[in-house]
Amino acid sequence: MNNDLLFDFNVDKTAKTVYITREFNAGQSLVWDAFTKAELLDQWGAPAPMRARTKYMNFEVGGRRFYAMISPDGQERWAVQEFTSITPKTNFKMYNTFADKDENRELPGSEWDYNFSEQNGRTTVRITIFNESFERMEKLLEGFKMGFIMTLKNLEDLLTTLSQKL
Amino acid sequence: MKQDIFQAISDPTRRAILTLIAIQALTPNALAEKFDMTRQAVSKHIKVLHECELIKPEQSGREIYYHFNAKKMQEFDHWLAQFRQNWETQFNQLDQLLTTIKEKTTK
Repeated sequence: MNNDLLFDFNVDKTAKTVYITREFNAGQSLVWDAFTKAELLDQWGAPAPMRARTKYMNFEVGGRRFYAMISPDGQERWAVQEFTSITPKTNFKMYNTFADKDENRELPGSEWDYNFSEQNGRTTVRITIFNESFERMEKLLEGFKMGFIMTLKNLEDLLTTLSQKL
Repeated sequence: MKQDIFQAISDPTRRAILTLIAIQALTPNALAEKFDMTRQAVSKHIKVLHECELIKPEQSGREIYYHFNAKKMQEFDHWLAQFRQNWETQFNQLDQLLTTIKEKTTK
């Protein structure tokens, strides 16, 4: 955990909006790339033990990223991000929806707004997520939980095996 | 149909109802009097709050009293904390990735 880098997470429950602010110890161009290039996104865009895998990504207004979050046992949860506005290096907006593996979207989704700014070699990213309903967030979290439970289950099996050997 | 908590508390009247019930358990009639609304309108709001378990009904003689379910609100807050944790994990992964990329480019 980087203790000296700012991390703010606020939820305005009544406005159904999540506000996230995070500082990164890198220049704006590089951080922008990390958020907008599939090959980089896939290296950090899912909380371990989950993995992110982008099937395709057209980072342009009206373009889409179609990707999956994959749990350790191989279960895939697909989602579509549609880019609605791009101001290179400083801002992009997208509409995020869950989908099935054939890219059929489950509406409604949520609106995401990303802002990037640099100061003294550090980049601040501000993310606003609007109208992410509780049930949708819950669904997202369920996926993470599945991954986590799987990991615990593996550990349990390992411990059982080890204790039988004693 | 499980009600969406965000949806439930995004309505100002429902928030006011929750605030009142948090202070003391009330009957639908008592609530209707406080809000200058029809009993029917209040019932609709109560239904939404009840469906997402933010309030709990309790029969007392011939009356139903609604109680605030603080546990549900705590669950919700706990759940949001987990959501925050996920973001934290991802951002720490990104920190590592940025460090790796920067090291590669300076070599």
